[in-house]
This record gives sequence, C-alpha cells and structure tokens, in this order.
Amino acid sequence: MPKRTDLRRILLIGSGPIVIGQACEFDYSGTQACKTLKQEGYDVVLINSNPATIMTDPDLADRTYVEPITVEVVERILEQERPDALLPTMGGQTALNVTMRLHEQGLLEKYNVQLIGANYEAINKAEDREAFKRAMHNIGVDTPLSRLIRNREDAMSFLEIVGFPAIVRPSFTLGGSGGNIAYNREEFERYVDWALLTSPVGEALIERSLIGWKEYELEVMRDLNDNVVIVCPIENFDAMGIHTGDSITVAPAMTLTDKEYQRMRDAAIRIIQEIGVDTGGSNIQFALNPANGEMIVIEMNPRVSRSSALASKATGFPIAKIAAKLAVGYTLDEIANDITKVTQASFEPTIDYVVVKIPRFAFEKFHGSNPTLTTQMKSVGEAMALGRTFKEAFQKALRSLETDRCGLLSLHGLDLYLPGDELDPAVSEHIRTVMQVAHPDRPWHIADGLRTGVSKDEIFAATHVDPWFLDQLEELVLFEQRLLNQARTHAQETPGGSILDELFNSPTELELLKDAKRLGFSDQRLAQLFDVTPSAVRAFRRDHLPANDVTYSRVDTCAAEFEAFTPYLYSTYGRECEARPTDREKVVILGGGPNRIGQGIEFDYCCVHATLALRELGIETIMVNCNPETVSTDYDTSDRLYFEPLVEEDVLNIMEVERPMGVVVQFGGQTPLKLALPLARAGIPILGTSPDAIDRAEDRERFSELITALGLRQPRNGVARSGEEAFAMASRVGYPVIVRPSYVLGGRAMQIVYDEQSLRQYIKTNIMTTAQYPLLIDQYLTDAIEVDVDAISDGADVVVAGVMEHVEEAGIHSGDSACSLPPHSLPEDLIDRIRTQTVALARDLHVVGLMNVQFAVQGIEVFVLEVNPRASRTVPFVSKAIGVPLAKLAMKTMVGHSLRALNFTDVPVTRHIAVKESVFPFTKLGNVDVLLGPEMRSTGEVMGIDQDFGWAFAKSQAAAGLSLPYDKDKGTIIMSVKDGDKSGTVDVAQRLQTLGFKLQATRGTAAYLREHGLDVESVNKVKEGRPHLVDHIKNRQAQLVVNTVGTASSHHDSLPIRREALQQNIPYFTTIQGIQAAVTAIEAMKKAPLTIKPLQDYHPA
Amino acid sequence: MKKAFLALADGTVLEGRALGFEGETSGEVVFNTAMTGYQEILTDPSYKGQMVLMTCPHIGNYGISPEDNESRRTWAEGFIVNEASRRPSNWRSELSLHEYLEHHRIVGIEGIDTRFLTRHLRDHGSQAGIISHGTGANGSPDALVAKAKALPSISEQDLVGTVTCDSAYHWNEGTGAWPQRLNANGQVDPAPARQFHVVVYDFGVKQNILRRLVDEGCTVTVVPASTTAETVRILNPDGVFLSNGPGDPEGVSYAVSHIRDLIGWRPIMGICLGHQILGLALGLSAYKLKFGHHGANHPVMDLRSGKVEITSQNHNFAVRPSSAEHADGLLETPWGPFKATHVSLNDQCLEGLVGTTVPVLSVQYHPEASPGPHDSSYLFSQFRTMMEQAHV
Repeated sequence: MPKRTDLRRILLIGSGPIVIGQACEFDYSGTQACKTLKQEGYDVVLINSNPATIMTDPDLADRTYVEPITVEVVERILEQERPDALLPTMGGQTALNVTMRLHEQGLLEKYNVQLIGANYEAINKAEDREAFKRAMHNIGVDTPLSRLIRNREDAMSFLEIVGFPAIVRPSFTLGGSGGNIAYNREEFERYVDWALLTSPVGEALIERSLIGWKEYELEVMRDLNDNVVIVCPIENFDAMGIHTGDSITVAPAMTLTDKEYQRMRDAAIRIIQEIGVDTGGSNIQFALNPANGEMIVIEMNPRVSRSSALASKATGFPIAKIAAKLAVGYTLDEIANDITKVTQASFEPTIDYVVVKIPRFAFEKFHGSNPTLTTQMKSVGEAMALGRTFKEAFQKALRSLETDRCGLLSLHGLDLYLPGDELDPAVSEHIRTVMQVAHPDRPWHIADGLRTGVSKDEIFAATHVDPWFLDQLEELVLFEQRLLNQARTHAQETPGGSILDELFNSPTELELLKDAKRLGFSDQRLAQLFDVTPSAVRAFRRDHLPANDVTYSRVDTCAAEFEAFTPYLYSTYGRECEARPTDREKVVILGGGPNRIGQGIEFDYCCVHATLALRELGIETIMVNCNPETVSTDYDTSDRLYFEPLVEEDVLNIMEVERPMGVVVQFGGQTPLKLALPLARAGIPILGTSPDAIDRAEDRERFSELITALGLRQPRNGVARSGEEAFAMASRVGYPVIVRPSYVLGGRAMQIVYDEQSLRQYIKTNIMTTAQYPLLIDQYLTDAIEVDVDAISDGADVVVAGVMEHVEEAGIHSGDSACSLPPHSLPEDLIDRIRTQTVALARDLHVVGLMNVQFAVQGIEVFVLEVNPRASRTVPFVSKAIGVPLAKLAMKTMVGHSLRALNFTDVPVTRHIAVKESVFPFTKLGNVDVLLGPEMRSTGEVMGIDQDFGWAFAKSQAAAGLSLPYDKDKGTIIMSVKDGDKSGTVDVAQRLQTLGFKLQATRGTAAYLREHGLDVESVNKVKEGRPHLVDHIKNRQAQLVVNTVGTASSHHDSLPIRREALQQNIPYFTTIQGIQAAVTAIEAMKKAPLTIKPLQDYHPA
Repeated sequence: MKKAFLALADGTVLEGRALGFEGETSGEVVFNTAMTGYQEILTDPSYKGQMVLMTCPHIGNYGISPEDNESRRTWAEGFIVNEASRRPSNWRSELSLHEYLEHHRIVGIEGIDTRFLTRHLRDHGSQAGIISHGTGANGSPDALVAKAKALPSISEQDLVGTVTCDSAYHWNEGTGAWPQRLNANGQVDPAPARQFHVVVYDFGVKQNILRRLVDEGCTVTVVPASTTAETVRILNPDGVFLSNGPGDPEGVSYAVSHIRDLIGWRPIMGICLGHQILGLALGLSAYKLKFGHHGANHPVMDLRSGKVEITSQNHNFAVRPSSAEHADGLLETPWGPFKATHVSLNDQCLEGLVGTTVPVLSVQYHPEASPGPHDSSYLFSQFRTMMEQAHV
C-alpha cells in the first residue's frame, strides 16, 4: 500500500528527560521517526522537554516545542497546530501515558486527531493488567497464574496450585507497594494476613512466582497488511527476577531449540494481532521454565522500547524508522533494507555474531541505596559489544563499561590463583555468600566462584544463570588458568627473563595467544596475567603474530548472504577484514560510551553534531561508540560506524586501519578525553585544543599558574597525599572546604566539610585517599552564586556563547542545579567581567573548539572554579536557548574554519529566558536522601523557555514532573529551615501569604516567621509527637514543602520529610534559592496564562 | 585439540579443529543461515551429498532431543561450524552435538572463520569440498584440494535413490506437543471427521511433512520415489504429495514421468524437490542457483493476497517460469494454465505454482518448517481443501 495522503501534519511526542528506564533510546527512535516522516513529506510537530536531544534540533521537525509534556501543553499544541494525526509510540511510556489521558479527556476527538501506530484500545489492552490477561486467555497464551482472594482459606487453597515461592500483593495500594515473596507456609500466612489488613478493600492477589525462569524478549513488527516479522530474539543472561533493563542480555537467543523458538514466535504473532497494534514495533517478554519448557508471556510494550533500540543496533534493522513508515501506511515489502539495498524490510534478520549488552549502575553515588537487583530497574546506562562468539562479545562488553575492569578479573585478589593454591577459607566463604544476591558485580562473582572450585550446579542454584552461560564463563576461567599455568612454569624455568618470549616460543604456544585474542581477552588483561605492560603484549603480538591481527566484520542483517553496503563494523580476530577503508579525507569521532551520571545524552548530542558538521564539509566521518541507546550509533549518522569499546587498545586498532587526518576527543565527555594522550603518543593528530592545553586546565598546579598569570582568582586550594597533610591543608585553606579525590567526574565522593572532625570522618570512609589518589581540598565559598559559561574559539577569536546563572548556591554540583540563561539576577557589569575572563582563559589555552568555565560570584568577587576545554553538558541547552548549533560550529573550527568565516562572531540578543532543571532518580533507588550536594546525582535535564524567568522556571518544574500549586487558593505550604536560612525565608513566606497560601512551619521556623509578622501555624517535627509534618504530607495536606538542613544529625532527622514529599509527588525545595525561584514562578503563573511557542519561532531563520 | 582442514575445489583451505567423527568426508558445501534447528538440518534428507556450513556462531547449545529428528538418520555429509558447544543446556536434551555427530559418523570441523567461508561461497558459488581430520601426506592441504577438485558435481546425480525408503509404510504421528497451527482461540483444532488418504512420494521426506498431514486429518502412506503411477492408482488415495529431497530434479527423470501420469487424476501438492519434479512434469525447466537458498528467514510473497510470509528454505535448484509465459503471468502447460502464486522477495525466484484447471499446488520452500517459521502452514489446509473439493 502506498503511504497515506489523507494526513498532512503529524504530532510526535518525545519522552522528556533522561530517567532510569527512559534514556537516549527514545532520542534515537524519535529522531528516526522525525527524519522519516519529514522525508515522506509530512509536516512534523514535535514536543519534548529535553533540550539535550537530537530530535529537538530545530531542523529535524517543522515545529519543535521544548515544553513540558503534560496534557495541558499538548492540548494547546493540538489547538495551535491542528495536526491530523498523533504518533504516540516513539516516546516511551511518557508519550503513551499522555496520549492515553488525551484520549480519555476527549481531546483527540475534540481536535479531530487520529492515533497512528497504535490506537487507544490496543494501548489499553497491552497496558491494563486485567485486559491483557483476558486477551492472552482468548488466544491460549499463558500468563502468570494468579487469583484474587479475600480470606486466608482461599489463599491456602490457591497455594496448593501455585506452590512456593508465591507472591502476595495487597490490592489497591499506592504504586503496587507491599508485595512479598513467600518461601514457606509460615511466611505465606503472615504475608496474606498482612496484605488483607493493608489493602483498603481487604483483598490480595496471590501470584505464582517465576523467579529463576529463563527470560526472553522478541521485537515484533507488523504492518497494515498483517505481515509480521520478528526482528530479533533476545535471551537474558539473568533469569526472571531481575528487570530486563538491569539484565545482561544476549542476541540471538542462545538456548532455544527451533521448536521452542517457533512456539514463542507463533505466540508473539498472535499477541500483536490480538492486542491490535496495527503498525509498528512492539516488544514482548516471555518466561520459560527451564525444567519443562513451559512458556508464559510476561508483558507487551505496544511501542518502540529500549529493547527495540538494542535489537536495531544488534541486527542493523532500524526498527523506529520502519515503524514510522508503517504508521503512515507502507507495508514491510515496500520498504528497502538500507544495508543490503537489494532486499526489503519484510524479512527476519539473521546474525552470524553474538551481541551482549551489559548495564551500568551508579549505586556508589547514592548513599543509602540498595544495590540488589530486583524487578525495579536501577541501571543508568548500558554498553553493547559484538563478537564472533559469546565469550568474545562478553569480554568486549565488560571493558566497554569503563569501570576500570579490563575483563573478567577477580574481585577477590584471585587473578593469579590456580587450583591447588592456598585459599583463605574466609574468601571462599565470602564468594559463596555474595553470589546469593543479585548484584551488579555478579559476572565477576561467578568467575571468582569458578576460579575457586564452586560447582556450576551450586552457582546455578544461587544465580539461576543458565548452565550454558555458566559453561561459557567457565571456559574463560579455564583458559586463563592455562595461561597462568604456563606463565608460572616458565617463570620458574627462567626467572627474570622476558616472560612473553619464554611463554610463547613455539607455534603451539603462539596458538594459545591467538586463541586468547579470539576469546576477547584484552591486551590489558593479558598484561595483568603475565605481569607485563599492555604495550608489551601489543608489541609482542605485532612481532610474532603479524598475520593474526584484528579484523573487522560488517553487521549486515543477513549473515553474509547478501553484500552489505553499509560500513557498520565490529572487531574480531578472523581471517578476513571487511573494513575496506576509503582514501578520502576523514575524521574519527570518539563517542561517550555507556550513559552514567555526569556523562550522558548531552555528549552524544555533541558527537552527532560533529559528524553532521564534517559531512557538510565533505569530510568522511567515522564514529566509534559502544552505547546502543544513542543516535550516534545509528548506522546512517556517520559515514562509517565502529561499534567498539572506547578503550586504548580497541581505539588504536581502528586508527591503524582507518588512518584518519585527525581524531575528535572533546565531544564525548571524559571517556575520549582520557584517550587523548595515548592517541597523541601514537601519532594520531588530536583535532582542536591540544592535549597539553587540556592538561594545563586539568592539572591543579599548572592550572593555578595559569590563573595567577592571568591575574584571575580561584578559591584557596591544595593537594594532600596523607591524612596529616589534609588537616594542615584544610586549616590553611580555611573551613568550610570542599574535598574530593583527584581525577573524578561528576563530583564522585565530593563533600563539603565544615570542621576537622568531619574531615577525619571523610578520610576514614573514603579509603581511596592515598598517595596514588591524592585528596583535593578547596575553599568553599559560602553564599556564592555559581555561573557556568560555554564559549567557542577558533584559536584567535573567542565567542562567549552562553552565561548561565545557577539557581542553587555554589557547592551544589553544576550538573544538579537549575540555571537560567541569560542570568536572572546578576548585574550586567559582572557578567561582562565573566565574559572578559572567559576570553582571556580561552586565548591563553589556545582553545580551538569548545570551552566551559565555572565561576563563583561571592559579593562582587569573581572566582574561577574550573576550566574544561571541551564540550560541556550544557552545550545542547545553550545551543537551543540561543538558536546556534555550537557543537557544529566548534567542529568546523577544529578543521580550520575561522569563526568569522563561519559568520559567528557574536551571540544574538534574545528576549526570552531559558531555564534548565535537573531530574533525579531518587524514587527508584531505595531510601536515599534527596538533598543536593557537590556530588552529581541527576540523570537528565529539561528546559523551560518563556518570556520571563518566572514562567520559564515554572515550565522547567512542570517538565521535571512537579506541578507547582498556583491555582489553589487554599493551598498549604510546610516549611522547616535551618537557622542560616531563616532570614531568607521571611521574604518567601511573605510572598506566599500574599499569594493566598496558608503557612505551616516547624517550631523554630514558625517562631522566627511570627516575629516578622507572619501568620504561621506550628507543626510537630517527627520526633516531637503526632500528628507531625510527615503525617500532613502523607495525608496530602500540603501542596509544597520547603526543607533546608545544616548539620548531619538534622539531615538524618528530616530525611522522612523529604522522602515522603518525594513519594507523594509533592513539590519540595531543599534550598532557599530554589523556593525563591518557585515563588517567582507561582507569581508569574498567577499573573499571566500559559503560552507556548516552538523553537522555530524563538529563533526565526 | 585435534586439527582439521576444510579444502574447497577452488583451492581455498581453512584450518580448524576436529569436530564429531574422526575421518574424512566430502560433499558440496552450502551455507545455512538459520539461527535454530541444526538437528533438523542434519537429519533432513535434502542435505544428502552436501556438507552444511551454519552461519550461526554457536551450534550445539541446546543439545540433541529425540523429538527434533526429521528422518530416521542424519544425512548431511559433513558439518562446518564456528563454535560447537562443549555442554548443551536444555531440558529435553539427551546428547551433546559432538556425541551425536560421533554416533552418526559425521565428520565435522569447527573454529574456522565461517563468515569468510560464507562470503566466499556467496561470491564464488557453492562448490565441492572436503573435511579431513587426517594427518600425513594424504591429509595435507594440497592433497585435499586435489581430492576436492576431483569430486563429481551434484548436478544430474540421482541422490533421491539413496535417501528414499525401501518400501511403502504408514505414518500416523502428528506434531503433538508442538502445535503448529492453532485456531483463533489458540487451540489445536480437533482432527477433522473426514479422513483423507494421502500417498507421499518419498524423495527424501522430512517427517514434519508427514506430521502436518496427520494434523490435517490424513492417513498417510509413504512410498518409494520409484513407485509407478499405476501402483499409486491402485492405492487409491485422495491426494498425492511430492516430498522434498536432495539434488537436481533432472536426476530423477523416472519420477517426473510417473508424476506426469498423476496430474489431474487426484489433487497433488509438492514441496521443494517435489515442486521441481512437478515443474519438469509440467514441461517447465529447472536451473541451479549460484549458492542456493538455505535459511529460515526468506520472505516470500503470496501474489494472490499480497501478503508476505517468512519461510524456511533449502534448495539449490529452482523452476524457471519458462518461455511460454502469458501476458497475464499464467504459464501454459498441457494441463492448462498454471499460475505463479509465490515469489521470493530476495531474488524474485519462483516459489509457488497452482493449477487453474487441475488441482495442483506446489511451493519451492518448506511450509512444514522444522526448522523455521510456521507462517506457511496454511498450505497444508489448502491441500486438504483441494481434496475436499475433489470429493464434492
């Protein structure tokens, strides 16, 4: 069928900020959808509050609304833009939820908007548990056995059917909380009684537990002609019980017979037909009983998902792009397969390699979080690797994570352990114990178990990881032991000799080294095992195995049956290299690797812009990255894509094959920056700012010299290499001080310390403070305003592109605080001084490309906190706020274009104001505190843009998921602030009272406010008896909570206040600056109605 | 670990590790891109004369299960894989791949770059090869290449004669616990009341064809490939089924003439080699493809409905739609016009035929799947419908 001509304008909803469970994959899908729909000639209207996305680039959609994704705002868009259709399946759960509410409120009907991709009934059938269960029953597909019970007798009789372990959930509790798993009769009875008691309707659900079953996912595509294809079966390394997003996953499925797989495939087809997803992609999850093959469907996502992105990257089948085409009426057989060119999209990819995805976690940043993996997703990013075997792909994926682990090394100091060696029974016991818990380190725990002789049966019983995978890990461990054995024998024979020459001095022994590379061992890991340097291993291999160097294979969707025209490559050690580099002028761009806190989508945005800029200049672009969620790893973003770990060995290999004119390291965050020196040493030209300048900005001593030479100021600071040095240094600098270990990103373990006792405590808990990791100590500037500046330079001219004033005080990580562009309170002359200093810094460092500077303003003094001569997290935000693609321009300066030639010498004056707000994962990680500090913990960001600061801030809060109470005349505000903030609270309280809010405060705060003539009701603190303020919050008797705290003990006492506000989704502010901004926002919302405007109208071409 | 070599007639030699039965073997090397179903492939008689290269990187993961055999024994001449699993993991598995290959005396090789070999066969065409675990002069790469060059071509050989059954037998087992065709309620339809008797020409039949016929309510008599039309007429079936099988249809001219006598007498359905033999009987010609279709992901369009089915395929030869093609796409035959019903979307190869005046349907691919998708399972019901209509 040809595409639909009855549609002209299509609305696309994005997924908003990056949060756990919704990351860059929806930028990838949304960007593909935007591009595709536009190519097909449709008018595309887009809403997404996340400025760091490629999809919100003003030239992707026709009308781009960077506005909060709420029903209210989308309704306004429907009214303004009058789209014919809405495509709700590209923006994750966010887009789906808003769409459902639009339908339920009759707004789609009102504005005559048709849903394409999936209609309301289909979405509802897939999302509503009961409806889904009924639908599955209709088509004979099993769902987990469950029954609603109202008394203990019924529960006991159903227990006979489900057996142990059994899940007991009280009905209708908030967020499904209160579920328990019973492993014995006594527990079961207790949980049932408790569930019946806590359920407001006296009802509980008993469900059969599928913990330990094998888990699979199928990505399914369907067109209007009812053609269905399965893009890829994915098998989870981790069994049921660990969220798929937190599971290691493998494609293709590894342990399904054809009969089992076809049964699953048949079920998937019937499910998509029954649910009624007419066009596009869906993701269906199955559980399989390893004991008898029983198959159960777990859930279906009637939209593209994180797994779709993974399956797309794993196979080369662009699910989102094709889903967009299907949504406008094409059928699968009408869409060409870009990679083979001669075949169509109506086929099922088959792959001749193995893909492994491993999630990346950030528990170390969340004090109080629980790192046990459960059905609640907790990972913040993921890395994917391809190899010719599971073992190779797995080891590549491990090093792609960039967690300083170059492979399956031992976490118990057993790297050189061989069976028969002495083993501390306590270590052995510890390994057995940690294996019982699903922990992010489980692959390493399993390896240590295998090293120390724990049987695979025992490991299987503890982890439920399929014996096939355990066997693969065992092969790696056994191979390591062969290497070690040999190394040990030779070391005894020739003590002190060159171990590699001795080890591999016969063809058979060299064969072992060849095998090691084929199995995915990195040079670094081999170096560890042989106690030599990685470069020695590399050099030895080059000398002795020149014919067995790395090769590259193509991802071609068809296992080589047809020729692949798209250079989407992965490394292996094979017989033939398919890289076929061109002799064009080319540049390699190094990406950011797996998302983590502090390094996420913003850097992918910059990398994609780098490639776009170079393509405009006719230079071939080569992308290297290993994050499957991203736009940068889409095979048509760059001319060539290497899906590879971003570590020295793998990157150097690519350089040797491609021989580029230069490499870009300043766009992918810390990951490529760390590679700058090794690359430069290998003779690869680094484009833009020189590695030496980067070092001058990063090295503390050289940086101080720079600041002094330019006559600028920085906070007093010093470096301490021992505890004693630290105390001396801190008193010289003067308390309070900010302390942190050197060479960290995102403020890891960074803390503000007020006295020597706390410093002692800090040093005790952060054992990494050693001579190797010295402690950095900086003066903490109290009551200072932090300012972030992004600038661009071509080596001669410098343009200060954006000056951002932080809302929260200095000391809160810049990645976590809200900020406004232009500054909302700083005087113009001060901003000018900041600009002048920025220009001086850029000139002195000979910056070519981007530079970010962080300043602190204390009174009228300006301090330079940090200079980063690279793309910063705020580049996409600034670009969208001022309407200039900074990263693109920066890339062009790096290949020799001057800013003058690029016609960018000044920043356009804007009349609007943009506010960036951060978004946090606090609800997902257990009982962690929400207080902001110098350690970055946000996962994503949103932008609010409007004519004034108040509205822009209001929009940023709404986009971050908080609805400020502005239309409730009878709202109540609860306040509890530390002494230092009390004076600042008076103004806020006054304004709130004027706005008509009722004020409640804890005793001290209330007394202070009353003294200043305010009408305040006192409420109890938690320890003062009931009802206390947490009760009020629980009862939703407050519409906003203000809570600032000083000392550590008050942190602890007031934690329940903040946690409860978070749980109840009541807006809360933990800084005075935050609540001040919020009050300004509420005032603005009362004064003028909401207006929305697309980026294209803010920055007319 | 024992070394092994694979040598091709064009002089290419790959070194790997020995797999399965120790020895030497030869055959035409073909690659199969299915990601599941190695046991079904090894036991598919169509692979007689061929050594199968699996493109899937890990083979043997789920072991060997008795239900997954497609015939009474293995037929592939040799087995070529990237990596064979040491230990299988599946609740049904009874043997490891290695044990199975040893038991069935199949010589294999692993640890070679299977992607390189696949690309080589794609670019240079399928060709004869030899796998050897031998050492010494006789097993040297040069000696192996020389032997490979001397191997006879697969074309025009009668491989069917070596795989067909010795005498007729009855078959009454359905797909059972592995339902292939479920109704809208996800249930297996009860066996139809009316039982049809089908005679299956065994050119190398896969047992799942027989099981699918039983599912459709047929009583099945399997007869040797050389069975004459007269004998079939005496058996008086409601329908005649022409099975899959190995090699070149020109090699089984005797069957072509028997089939010619049966067209129009009773409904006929043909699959794969059966389809090609039918094509020759209809007066069309067959040709050899460069590297064949072997996989479980081949898109085929039903030209009547415009729907695409993902099919299981395994053929080196195909039927040429012939010169006597009508403007409307109909093919002229002595039995009236035939319609091309199915076409491969990958290379436009003819994939299905149906008679407009005689009850005949045939497809080049494998609606019985096993291994592969069940999308084309409906063809068995169409055959049943043809038999029902013939009775009315």
